[in-house]
Amino acid sequence: MNRSLRPLLATALIFAIAYALAVMQFPSMFSTRVLGNFLTDNAFLGIAAVGMTFVILSGGIDLSVGAVIGFTGVLVAVLITWAGMHPLFAFAIAIIVAGTFGATMGLAIHYLQVPAFIVTLAGMFLARGGASVITRDSVPIYHEFYAWISDLTIRLPGGGRLSFIGLTMVAIFIVGALIAHRTKFGSYVYALGGNPVSASLMGVPVARTTVAIYTLSSVLAAISGIVFSLYTSAGYPLAAVGVELDAISAVVIGGTILTGGYGFVLGTFIGVMLLGLVQTYIIFDGTLSSWWTKIVIGILLFLFIVLQRLIFVASAPGEKAQKA
Amino acid sequence: MAETGYALEARGIVKIFGNHVALDKVDFGLKPGEVHALLGENGAGKSTLIKILTGAYQPTLGEVLVDGFPVSLNNPQHAQTYGIGTVYQEVNLLPNRSVAENLYLGHQPTRFGFVDRRKMERDSRTVLARYGLDIDPSSELGAHSVAVQQIVAIARAVELSGKVLILDEPTASLDRNEVERLFEIIADLKKSGLAVVFITHFLDQVFAIADRVTILRNGKLIDTKALDNLTRTDVVRLMLGKDIAFSGATKLEENRPLGEVLLDFKNYGRKRSVQPFNLTIHKGEVVGVAGLLGSGRTEMARIMFGADAADEGTVAVAGIQTSIARPTDAIAHGFGFCPEDRKAEGIFGDLSVRENIVIALQGKLGWFSALNRDEQLEIAGRFGEAMDIRAASLDMPVKLLSGGNQQKVILSRWLATDPAFLILDEPTRGIDVGAHAEIVRTINRLRDEGLALVVISSELDEVVAYSSRIVVMRDRELVAELNGENINPGVIVQAIANHKDGVSA
Amino acid sequence: MIRRSLLKLANPQLLALVGVLLINWLLFPNFFRVTWQDGRFFGSLIDVLNRGAPVAILAVGMVGVIATKGVDLSVGAVMAVAGAVAATMVVAGYPAPIAVVAALVVGLLCGLWNGILVAVLDIQPIIATLVLMVAGRGIAQLITEGFIVTFNDPLLIYIGTGSFLGFPMAAVIALVLTIIVTLVVRRTAIGLFIEAVGVNRAAASLAGIRSRMLLLLVYSLSGLCAAIAGIIVAGDIRGADANNAGLWLELDAILAVVIGGTSLLGGRFSVPLAVVGALIIQAMNTGILVSGFPPEFNLIVKAGLIFIVLVIQSPLASRLAPPRLKPAAKVAAK
Repeated sequence: MNRSLRPLLATALIFAIAYALAVMQFPSMFSTRVLGNFLTDNAFLGIAAVGMTFVILSGGIDLSVGAVIGFTGVLVAVLITWAGMHPLFAFAIAIIVAGTFGATMGLAIHYLQVPAFIVTLAGMFLARGGASVITRDSVPIYHEFYAWISDLTIRLPGGGRLSFIGLTMVAIFIVGALIAHRTKFGSYVYALGGNPVSASLMGVPVARTTVAIYTLSSVLAAISGIVFSLYTSAGYPLAAVGVELDAISAVVIGGTILTGGYGFVLGTFIGVMLLGLVQTYIIFDGTLSSWWTKIVIGILLFLFIVLQRLIFVASAPGEKAQKA
Repeated sequence: MAETGYALEARGIVKIFGNHVALDKVDFGLKPGEVHALLGENGAGKSTLIKILTGAYQPTLGEVLVDGFPVSLNNPQHAQTYGIGTVYQEVNLLPNRSVAENLYLGHQPTRFGFVDRRKMERDSRTVLARYGLDIDPSSELGAHSVAVQQIVAIARAVELSGKVLILDEPTASLDRNEVERLFEIIADLKKSGLAVVFITHFLDQVFAIADRVTILRNGKLIDTKALDNLTRTDVVRLMLGKDIAFSGATKLEENRPLGEVLLDFKNYGRKRSVQPFNLTIHKGEVVGVAGLLGSGRTEMARIMFGADAADEGTVAVAGIQTSIARPTDAIAHGFGFCPEDRKAEGIFGDLSVRENIVIALQGKLGWFSALNRDEQLEIAGRFGEAMDIRAASLDMPVKLLSGGNQQKVILSRWLATDPAFLILDEPTRGIDVGAHAEIVRTINRLRDEGLALVVISSELDEVVAYSSRIVVMRDRELVAELNGENINPGVIVQAIANHKDGVSA
Repeated sequence: MIRRSLLKLANPQLLALVGVLLINWLLFPNFFRVTWQDGRFFGSLIDVLNRGAPVAILAVGMVGVIATKGVDLSVGAVMAVAGAVAATMVVAGYPAPIAVVAALVVGLLCGLWNGILVAVLDIQPIIATLVLMVAGRGIAQLITEGFIVTFNDPLLIYIGTGSFLGFPMAAVIALVLTIIVTLVVRRTAIGLFIEAVGVNRAAASLAGIRSRMLLLLVYSLSGLCAAIAGIIVAGDIRGADANNAGLWLELDAILAVVIGGTSLLGGRFSVPLAVVGALIIQAMNTGILVSGFPPEFNLIVKAGLIFIVLVIQSPLASRLAPPRLKPAAKVAAK
């Protein structure tokens, strides 16, 4: 069997078992209402996690995601509420700003040859700082477009509803999966994560691909920020603090190997759902406290990192300690 | 332009790095439909020449011609457009991707902007069938053996270029059957008119497959010859230098009394690395190790030092059975090791000359009995002077020193630990004449002081000059031990060239 | 000799610190005014020392980790855990010294855990320490049961806010720790070995250095330093805030180390310069505050700072201005 499928299967299995156990304890968790909320509540995390999947597949990391979400929320809110812009126009501006931002980080990572984490760390400071300089308070958004969108739902049998933002996330996952698995760009991303030297020898445009990957991540973070503002009807500079860690966790738990080269976009979807399940279960239980979420995520993260190590090191080609 | 009959030609290539001349007016011509072996020891300039032919480097002087027309190759992709494809020793493909994708990455067939995976896999199947591979194109490349990966790499190179195929040590990690399979493929490609450059250390393979051979030594072209009229001994002699006196032994110090036994390796070996060998080493003797690159000489050095643990056999130090599983064990017994790859395994580039010299002694002393700065300076100064290390200051980073001085620093590092036994792997390779002489002088001095040494070198006249005994490695096996009269370059060349049963060629 | 040590003082980090302080003085003329009140010094300069102490302490631990080519992302979370342990224990009635020791031990164990993942399981440092970064705050909340545990224990409060010879206790602790760690690292061979492992692990192993033990040591030290910083921060606010204690401070600590001239690719390191790096960050912080800019500017200035340091350290820069040193003359024998 393809070994990169193994962590994915493990995730799917864990999700299925966990969900089954949860349903056994709380039968009401098996309802379209809960499932619909699953999608809505995790939409912004899921969208950001798609971008993070590309970054991690290529062997990088993007710590700026949460800050870009916060910045976008503030920018959109300010453009709509203070400048009186139409939301769609504000969205376009936010996406362009974020795209430029991501491209700049990609350029720095490639041409300065420094670790991605420190460049995206600077990006995080910049985006968070920028958002806070625009405003330090939460800016509410009142616009008929926002009201219209939040009414835009599909009713499911059983009382559940699929919201627009939930569907947006699903659509982005599908598009993301197509890009990752069906385009040349996608194959370049995997190639970079597999072995950048080989990739470059095989003709992969390394600079262009790196820039595109970080641009994509920031654009998706901006979309996630827009979705977050639709979800909360406000922009707040300290919104989504730490979402990058949740996104990284979702990607890893979804079976993508943190050193890059192996993984699936749809695995990240299961990862996000698993995180959502943990949260929902804790809410349902009522006696468990919210911090268990973090601990459980940490444990899952640890288990998957060790699992990856076992699967990929055990069968990796011999150590490079010596030369013939 | 005149028709030269060469598919790929290099004329008067000179390549200079800094002040080091890597290639000196080298000519090389490759005919369509031939397999052309390129031979030379490490540092001979093979890889530099290959990099120039594939566009990875630009020559300082001279020109590259494709079908008789001068071209300037900017990078490997550009060379590919001229039909030049390369396969490297370590498979430079992507083990994490499918076989089909590795064949077509960057050139995947698309439909509506999406990769047409079905067509790609169908095409792959056809291509792979031509190479006698019946594997699932959608399977992960890393799941296949190195041999299969190597064939996929060849298929990719041929499919994307199609005129010249450069194989850079493709057989280094293949077993006998796999090599045969590879050779069948090469023979087929040759028949179809492809020009093949073949780089290897294994003479058997050269005689099995190549039509002509070009030999480089120290950046200079030695000769290009058809293999029909050459013997293995001729080739070895060309590789190792024909200017050595082949008549009789050189001035070997007669009947040096043997010291007491220091080390006794019995059946010592490691799977996939070096066959079990027996070797007894006395105090006050230099055991020279001869053998071509890839013969297992470095592997032998590494397991003696515990850098790789032996998995069979025993070792006794001064008559006492012991275990050497890691370098710290070896160092505790008074061993020292100067590795072949100075830069990757020897020096600490950013650290000072002083620190590079004291580090092994300090490692022996442990964390808490630190040498202070003055002691370090004293030790570094003493050994630096004894070895005639030329550095502006003992506090300058060692990476700024010349190769020869770096080698002296590493040697000083071990001398500072007051060793009983030193293993030197190619101590004089790639260093200037002065440093070379100094290191040879030191080897002689240390022997006279009663140290035991194992010295690996491809400089035969040099090995002959200082060795009391010579062991010859071939095919990862210790195949001969030469004493007294037998220590002469002619005998050594014979021992290296001989192959066990005379099957191939 | 004296001239030499004076020259040594004139390094870029100290010059940058002086520069930042001078800019602060231009923006806020009272910046250098220090007054004596209630048996302790007051003033912006003292404030820099006091507020900069936690990051300085983290940097002391982080610098060794980075010198081995690693990184420890978990220190912020470990601060929260240590603060939570100390606070909960004194509230539960344990004597303060025991609570402090317990918190330190917990920090040490957190560091050891990271060290085991890195040295024994051979997991990339950034990934290995991510686990505790994610889970650590959850663990801290578990300990405090989700509350901000406030306390009135005089010893803990003294550690966070007290003064010693007129100087803030936090700064004194940071100074003592810096001196101890510097001495330990430089008076033993540990510093040399750390650099050797960071520069070339293969060569270090062939030269007989036990790199595993060394990695366990540096990660444990980083955990211990995080615990010290965590106790200080808890003492400062008289409570343990599992959510916010040490939030993002791991990034400040990494930045301080990088400003202090240690490359993220490992090798040469300096504990005092990393501490100077922490002070530079804090001086900018304080400067922005006292001169009336919104504190959020800080983040932007930090981002700019990272960018500048990265450009200076990048291979690109060294290619533009290659170090030209001529290996000539013979060693001057002593």
